Amino acid sequence: MAKRRSFTKRWLEPIAAPALALAVLAVWQAAVPIFEVSEFVLPTPWQIARRIVVDFPLLLEHAWITLFEVLAGFIAAIVIGIPVALAIFYSRPFERAVYPLLIALQTVPKVVLAPLLVLYLGYGWAPKIFLAFLISFFPIVISTVVGLQALEPNMVSLVRSMGASELQTFWKIRLPAAMPNVFGGLKVGIALAVIGAVIGEYVAAEKGLGYLQLQANAKFDTTLNFASVVMVSLVGVVLYFAVMYFEGRLVYRREAAK
Amino acid sequence: MTVRVAIAGVSKIYETREGDDIHALDNIDLTITPGEFVAIVGPSGCGKSTLLSMLAGLFPATTGTIRLDDAPLAGPHPKTGVVFQTDLLLYWRTVIDNILLPIEIKRRPREEYLARAEALLEKVGLAVFGSKFPSELSGGMRQRVAICRALIQEPGLLLMDEPFGALDALTREQLIMDLQTMWLSVNNTVLFITHGIEEAIFLADRVIVMSPRPGRIDLDLAVGIPRPRRWKEVHENPQFLAAMRKVREIFEAKGVLAAS
Repeated sequence: MAKRRSFTKRWLEPIAAPALALAVLAVWQAAVPIFEVSEFVLPTPWQIARRIVVDFPLLLEHAWITLFEVLAGFIAAIVIGIPVALAIFYSRPFERAVYPLLIALQTVPKVVLAPLLVLYLGYGWAPKIFLAFLISFFPIVISTVVGLQALEPNMVSLVRSMGASELQTFWKIRLPAAMPNVFGGLKVGIALAVIGAVIGEYVAAEKGLGYLQLQANAKFDTTLNFASVVMVSLVGVVLYFAVMYFEGRLVYRREAAK
Repeated sequence: MTVRVAIAGVSKIYETREGDDIHALDNIDLTITPGEFVAIVGPSGCGKSTLLSMLAGLFPATTGTIRLDDAPLAGPHPKTGVVFQTDLLLYWRTVIDNILLPIEIKRRPREEYLARAEALLEKVGLAVFGSKFPSELSGGMRQRVAICRALIQEPGLLLMDEPFGALDALTREQLIMDLQTMWLSVNNTVLFITHGIEEAIFLADRVIVMSPRPGRIDLDLAVGIPRPRRWKEVHENPQFLAAMRKVREIFEAKGVLAAS
């Protein structure tokens, strides 16, 4: 019994997810010719993969645009969001005025603002960056505030008894203790920022993966359409892993050693 | 190096969120001579933790004065170290870096205290744990590290707020012995707060008994049992038994303990 369990643990568990993904792709690949589905309705994974290779320069050109918009919006959300979170935490009047509004605005689906942003900011990269910023701003602010507020009050008593100033308390205790929450917000934020940028491109754009996808759609080029989906996903995955990389370097999690 | 504490006429009134006043402490007078180990015993709500927080300089008394070495206390005092009920170790720092936290905060050179931190760890039997993280340690080990963190400041006054309250009985007994050993080698002033009558009498030169709401001193009892004290001998010592009886009688009279 023990042996069987260790076999499951060592061999089956690590390959379970990739195996399932491969199985789905294999069924897809096999089903398309069996049911005689034409390529413009549903291309096979192999056709999509080949298209990605063939049109890679084109895809990459648009991917860079989307990546830039996402990153610019996301970085703006961090640069503005973290100070706003600090102001909410440190200033009672600011919290009273701003926090309920932020929570309320959180319920507005930001993507519905996309047409308005085009109206005000034009067809260039500005509305996409702004949408990426807007959509990732809220989770970053809110989880940072929650992280700062979650600190055990006795921790503050402890460092104050050592004679710590508020600045020292912030750098030694408050910020490190809030880091897991901050990164929770960043991970949600980066995933949402990709959505924001692509939606912006759907509404009005001349470049970017969202634009490329709409072009492919209009020409019934379903294979290129799928290829764009893969590239957008890739942009999302790369950015998410980048955030996780920084998390691994900057955050020591309580559970990590257990 | 050790500190003299003089508390005179200290009261503390809190205002609750509803606007009611709570008398946490009422007219406390207490003088602790340098190098004395004083334990305060009392039920929850007797204001003993409030008194300790005020001594730590975390907030001021409503009335009365607190003097350390004849200077009125106006905030956290550099000669004071505090140990809280929970270890409050920072989980993102190693054991050594946790112990050196007060040194960093006081902007003293880390290198000068590193050897001292290691010596303290060795004294509490954790020499090989310096580079571990708190999550890798048991509850008793963590509280030992917390004590080392207070001692690295070479506190002339050590304030301990139910430091062993969250530990299991066996670990607590061991830590009480360790604390006595450490204190005998340092001989600083200690104010030790607890609800354990036994540990108070075992450890202290003087046991102060407090009653709740508003917190008042009911008894100030000297314990002259020779040191180093050992559990087995102390438990048979007539002075210990008499002190136990006396403290229990007060709690029974106040309705804190059911009369048996």
